[in-house]
Amino acid sequence: MASASDTAKLKWVGQRGPRPDGVDKVTGRARFGADISTPGMLVGRVLRSPHPHARIRSIDTSAAEALAGVKAVVTSRDFPDLPSEFVPAGEMLVNYRDVSRNVMAREKVLYEGHPVAAVAATDAAIAKQALALIKVDYEVLPHVLDVVKAMQPDAPLLHEDMYTLGVDPVPAKPSNIAKRVEFACGDIAAGFKAADIVVEHTFTTQPVHQGYIEPHACLANFSEDGSADLWCSTQGHFVVRGHCARLLGMSLSSLRVTASEIGGGFGGKTVVYLEPLALALSRKSGKPVKMAMTRDEVFRATGPAPGASVYVKMGTTKDGRITAAQGELCYQAGAFQGAPIQPGAMCAFAPYDLENVQSVGYDVVVNRPKAAAYRAPGGPIAEFAVESVIDEMAKTIGMDPIEFRLKNAAKEGTRAVYGAKFGPIGLVEGLQAARAHPHYTAPLGPNQGRGIAAGFWFNIGGESCANINVGEDGTVTLMVGTPDIGGSRASLCQQAAEVLGIELHKIRPLIADTSSLGYTFLTGGSRATFASGMAVIEAADDVVRQMRERAAKVWEIPVEAVTWEDGMAKPAGSNAGEFEPLSFADIAKMAGKSGGPLVGKAAINAQGAGPSFGVHMVDVELDRGTGKVSVIRYTVIQDAGKAVHPSYVEGQMQGGAVQGIGWALNEEYIYGEDGKLQNAGFLDYRIPVCSDVPMIDTVIIEVPNPSHRYGVRGVGETPIVPPMAAIANAVENASGVRFTALPMSPPRVLKAITGAALPDAAE
Amino acid sequence: MRRIGNAHARATRSGMARVFLTGNLKQLTGGAAEFDIDAHDVRAVLRALVKLHPVLEPHLEEGIAVAIDGEIFQDAWFAEVRADSEVHIMPRIAGG
Amino acid sequence: MAKSHVTTTINGDPVEFLCTTEQTLLDVLRDELQLTGSKEGCASGDCGACSVMLDGRLVCSCLVLGVEVEGRSVETIEGMAQGDHLHPLQQKFLDHAALQCGICTPGFLIAAKALLEKNPDPTETEVRYWLAGNLCRCTGYDKIVRAVMDAATEMRGA
Repeated sequence: MASASDTAKLKWVGQRGPRPDGVDKVTGRARFGADISTPGMLVGRVLRSPHPHARIRSIDTSAAEALAGVKAVVTSRDFPDLPSEFVPAGEMLVNYRDVSRNVMAREKVLYEGHPVAAVAATDAAIAKQALALIKVDYEVLPHVLDVVKAMQPDAPLLHEDMYTLGVDPVPAKPSNIAKRVEFACGDIAAGFKAADIVVEHTFTTQPVHQGYIEPHACLANFSEDGSADLWCSTQGHFVVRGHCARLLGMSLSSLRVTASEIGGGFGGKTVVYLEPLALALSRKSGKPVKMAMTRDEVFRATGPAPGASVYVKMGTTKDGRITAAQGELCYQAGAFQGAPIQPGAMCAFAPYDLENVQSVGYDVVVNRPKAAAYRAPGGPIAEFAVESVIDEMAKTIGMDPIEFRLKNAAKEGTRAVYGAKFGPIGLVEGLQAARAHPHYTAPLGPNQGRGIAAGFWFNIGGESCANINVGEDGTVTLMVGTPDIGGSRASLCQQAAEVLGIELHKIRPLIADTSSLGYTFLTGGSRATFASGMAVIEAADDVVRQMRERAAKVWEIPVEAVTWEDGMAKPAGSNAGEFEPLSFADIAKMAGKSGGPLVGKAAINAQGAGPSFGVHMVDVELDRGTGKVSVIRYTVIQDAGKAVHPSYVEGQMQGGAVQGIGWALNEEYIYGEDGKLQNAGFLDYRIPVCSDVPMIDTVIIEVPNPSHRYGVRGVGETPIVPPMAAIANAVENASGVRFTALPMSPPRVLKAITGAALPDAAE
Repeated sequence: MRRIGNAHARATRSGMARVFLTGNLKQLTGGAAEFDIDAHDVRAVLRALVKLHPVLEPHLEEGIAVAIDGEIFQDAWFAEVRADSEVHIMPRIAGG
Repeated sequence: MAKSHVTTTINGDPVEFLCTTEQTLLDVLRDELQLTGSKEGCASGDCGACSVMLDGRLVCSCLVLGVEVEGRSVETIEGMAQGDHLHPLQQKFLDHAALQCGICTPGFLIAAKALLEKNPDPTETEVRYWLAGNLCRCTGYDKIVRAVMDAATEMRGA
């Protein structure tokens, strides 16, 4: 178990060292999804539905196929009709019947942008021309975009065979409600009776896109022998292999997937869109096919975080003890089921030690792109609601918001409504650090307000492999399977160096392709530094054991008499014999003659991921003339367990906070009455820019996670959970107005604080 | 209903693990949510549950995590379950 | 469509290429010249990932046509380092961990270099407003701004 004194002796873990892939990224040498080319490659493009909901009567691709330069055209006819089967991938369980239809529409199109056909041609201009020659006969159907409207009995029906799971009795008629989930404990009726104060609100949030700057891109290369190579920008190339093999009817070993450098994912690249299409086109044409999405396609056709309607009711005694908590979360899944209602319902009230809880979730389909994971999927929406209500309860009873949270905070041993008990966690420490921070007591000026909010993410472990190949010169290649989306290569090398006892610069990391390493689950769930880290440590332990064995053979002493210290094999005591230590490089040099090459390996399913709690404090300033809310000061406090590379932990905290600022203040999809997206670009879907935000101060807390040798907890997702509530609480503090709808964009804020609307202001 | 029991008292009551279904799974068993099950690991617990309620099988095959005395395990058939363990079957945890 | 023949200078080197009138400078750099350091994030001039210098002026290469660079001079990220000597901005980005995924990094470096050539001693606000045309989704901009200001200090010899 990691302890403060162990970690004080660490040489590499905890340092801010150079990043192995850094130089290539500042010189433009690093290759992302669209940066690769191969001779003879074709350009692939997708034909997408112009309608949010329609039946496909027929598709005629003959004119496109006849166009000179077009080498292949695919539609749903080129993909098997897969039966309903749920498998875990990324954040959600996916159903292959739905996945295959999302990748290429079959009977119906269910959102504007839904793929109906794809072409591969010798250049982009011909591909574009070919798309225009494909004739699709649509029977346009009424559409529904809003989650509450979609739940009504008379709403347009997306799937004729959708009968709500989780209600008893099973409904007689199909609906757009795929599923209902419920978590409950105690007696909320009694809990509310015991409350002195009860606060309830319904909150509304809009879908928001993960906003990765790199659009999806891939290059597929099929051989006539039925095997294929796929290069793609993804958070999980083994998951891509699994999906594509299923969708194309291939064996896993005949598909080798290489993960390119990835220009952002945040959960949105844990699923497949172009990859099965590129593979199908390559197989059909006999040539490599490169595909990349335009920004417009990214917005119209890839999955955002769901929009939601969330009802929360909580009760507290006058002296600050929460007696009951009730929530009903309705999340938009988009065109196919799978909104993150379970994690949302599970984590909503989990930061607090509560006896009486009822948390219900509804997974609702609407005519929008299928939702995909976005950093702590389900959590930010739920916490926006809960942390807003908590803030209001504290204010109503006249208690300091941090004191109120401390009074109810979950600690080690607290049981959550879903049955798990927390191990050691850092919520209390985070709240105390917030209270002690100078930000908390800094004076505020006119029209300024301060808000705080807490949040967490469960974090996961999962299947992870690592290989360490020792070179004859004592330098090492470290092969891992989790694509590096934020600097994890650096922290993995540091963990390896710590165990091996060699200099960091002697370790070169590589993200291995799917044929070169054992199955490794995707980068997500804040697991790379934790779970790949555990695999790296185990592989390094394996190398060290082998090194000791070689030294023992050479010295003709038992292996138990050989220790490993500072990268050297040493006799354990003077009884063991007077031998000069053998260094890592010495033993590497004699590997061949002393038994064979030195290779360390690990293949694990990491358990024991520790949740990471965060507390955010934000000051805002309100411009009463325009309704603009400016963030003027922001502090993120978060428990990392052990920050292996503090700069990259800070980076996660800052990046997640700014995404949350965008979600709170400006980001939303704007659809017309016709069900078509009006802001499918970065100009009008405006994410925070450099001038929108101040420096984001960070405080890293370290409550070690006992499952990991160095105490590591995943940190990537938690930072997006608190910001919306923190900002809504700050706006309430500045204006007296409690916003229950996001985003708090200038027209909405102006209307709420002045009661007046600007002409043509968006509602 | 889910107050943390006294492990000591339970051990003297029966040598079986106490297993709770959370979330939607209760609805599939007609409301039955708590079971005494004699099992030494997660896989044995799941097989015993399927024997009692075959309708649970596809749901227990994918999409669940297990908390044994509070600690979460996911995809860990052979995680140890002791005679006095409290086991909660919960939805799979993920991320993005 | 018949292609145009263009003669230009890129990172100091004489370059000739063929392109259609539809192709942007970004398309040409990436697809015709294999200079993939400049990135396409939006193709509409909103994200800055394609930033290059054209005759000493900061532009989005997705908003410039390939044929427009006839007889002119283009600088891309590939020309920023001198051999294996990184530019101070590149080094500071590494030192300050001012990149996570790195896709926006070439655009930011070109834009920051343009800023410091014009204003060697910018305030934090001036840096933020100058870089407002470059989107980053990973970092929240904090470490980028710190890296630029630190590079400015070093380049001033201060």
